[in-house]
Amino acid sequence: MASMKFNKVYLDSSYSVVSKLEANGNIKNYDYVIDDYYFGLKTFEGAEIKMQRIVIDYLLTKNKNMDLIVGGDLSNQLAITSYMASKYDISYLGSYSACATFNSSIITLASLIEANKIKNGIAITSSHNKVAERQFRYPIEYGAPKAKRSTYTATGSCGVIVTKNNTNIKIESATIGKSIEMGIKDSMHMGAVMAPAAANTLSEHLNDLKRDISYYDLVLTGDLGIYGSKILKELLSKDYNIKLKNHIDAGSILYKKEQELYAGSSGPVSLPLVLFNKILKEKKYKKILVLATGSLHSQMFVNQHKPIPAICHAISLEVL
Amino acid sequence: MNKADYKKMIKKYTPKEDVLKNALMAFVSGGVVGVISTIIYVIFLRFEFDVTSATSYTLVILILLSSLLTGIGCFDKLVEKFKCGIIIPITGFAHSITSSAIDSKKDGMITGIGASTFKLAGSVLLYGIVSAFILAIIKVVFYG
Repeated sequence: MASMKFNKVYLDSSYSVVSKLEANGNIKNYDYVIDDYYFGLKTFEGAEIKMQRIVIDYLLTKNKNMDLIVGGDLSNQLAITSYMASKYDISYLGSYSACATFNSSIITLASLIEANKIKNGIAITSSHNKVAERQFRYPIEYGAPKAKRSTYTATGSCGVIVTKNNTNIKIESATIGKSIEMGIKDSMHMGAVMAPAAANTLSEHLNDLKRDISYYDLVLTGDLGIYGSKILKELLSKDYNIKLKNHIDAGSILYKKEQELYAGSSGPVSLPLVLFNKILKEKKYKKILVLATGSLHSQMFVNQHKPIPAICHAISLEVL
Repeated sequence: MNKADYKKMIKKYTPKEDVLKNALMAFVSGGVVGVISTIIYVIFLRFEFDVTSATSYTLVILILLSSLLTGIGCFDKLVEKFKCGIIIPITGFAHSITSSAIDSKKDGMITGIGASTFKLAGSVLLYGIVSAFILAIIKVVFYG
C-alpha cells in the first residue's frame, strides 16, 4: 500500500459554507450559511457551484498565489467542481473518491508540494443533498420512506489552502487506500460498505509507518454513520487486533439526534466540516488521523445488483 | 473475515425496520384514502352523476389533490408519516408522475419533462398493461 511522509506541507485557512440544516446541527459557527437549497439560483446544481465559488473566492483573498485547485464532488463527471473551476484562471485537477474526495485532493496537493512542483494549492469539495438525491435516488419531491440505516447527504462546501509555508497544522503523512469490496450490495447501508475499507487503510497505515494506534490522540472517520462506526470497531478488534478508543465519526455527530436524519450525514463535505469547524477549533488533539471513507457505487451498478467497492484514504495531521 | 462472515456480522448492526408498525399505519392510512374517495363518490352520485362518471371524477379529484400536494412540497412529508397507504392507491401514482415532472423541469421540455415524467410510473403502466393483456386472453380463452 502507498504510505508516504511529508516534511514541509501545511494546512492554512479553510472556509465552510453550509445549509441551514447543518447550521442547526451540533456544530456552530460555520463561516457562511445559505438560506435555502436554491441559494438564489434556478437549479440545485447551480447552487452547489455557487457554494464552491464562495469558498474559493474567500480563500483567494487569503492568498492570491494559487498554483492549483484539486477537488471534486458527487455529481456525474465531476460537473459541479469543473464548472466552478471554469471561473478561475488557475490550473484545475478533478478528483473523485466519492466521500473520500477531500483526502484524495489533499494527498495529491501534498505530494506535489513535497516534490517542489508547486507552492500553494486549494483542496475543495462539496455535496448538495438535492443534487445527490436526484442523481442517486428518487426525484426530490418523491416521498420514498427512508430506511433507518440510510444516511442523509449533507449540503455544503469546504475548502482549505495546502501550502509549503509554515502554519500550525502540518500534514505529517498519508496513506492511499485500496478499493475494497466485501459483497455488500445495499447502497442504503453505506456504513457497512465502507467500514472494511476504513479498517484496511487504518491497519496498513499503522503497519507502514510502524506505529501503534495509541500514537494518535484521535481517529476521525468520514461518514460511516452510527452503525458503520460500530461495524468498524468490531472489524478492527476481530480482524486486525486494534482497539479503537479515541474515535469520532464526522457523519454521526454533524446533525443533532432530534433532527432524526437516520444513521447520520454522508457526503464528501461531512468530514472537512467537522474537522475544521470542531476538531481543529477545539485544540484538544495534537495528532489526528483523518480517515475519509467513500462508497464507490454508481446508479448503474446498483441497478445491476453488483456488490459495492469502497475506498478510504488517510492523512495524519499534527497540530503544532 | 471472509465475505460470508462479514455479511453475518453486519446483520447485528443493521437496525430493524418497524415492519408491523409501518404496515399497520399503511393499512389505516390506505383505508382513510378509501373512505375519502367513497365520500367524494357518494357526493357525486347525490348530484345525479351516473356511476361511470362519478368514478372517473372521484379519481380525477384524488389525482388533482395528490399532484397539488406534491407541487407545494407536502406529499413527501405525508408519506414519511402515513407510509405506503398513500403510495399504493392512485394518489401515489399521480405523485410519482408529478414529482418526476417537477424534478426534470429544468432539463428541458423534451430531454427533461418529456423523457423523465414517466421515469417512476413507467413500470406501473407497462406491467399494468401487460397483466391486463394476459388476463384478457385468459378471460377470452376460458369464458368466451
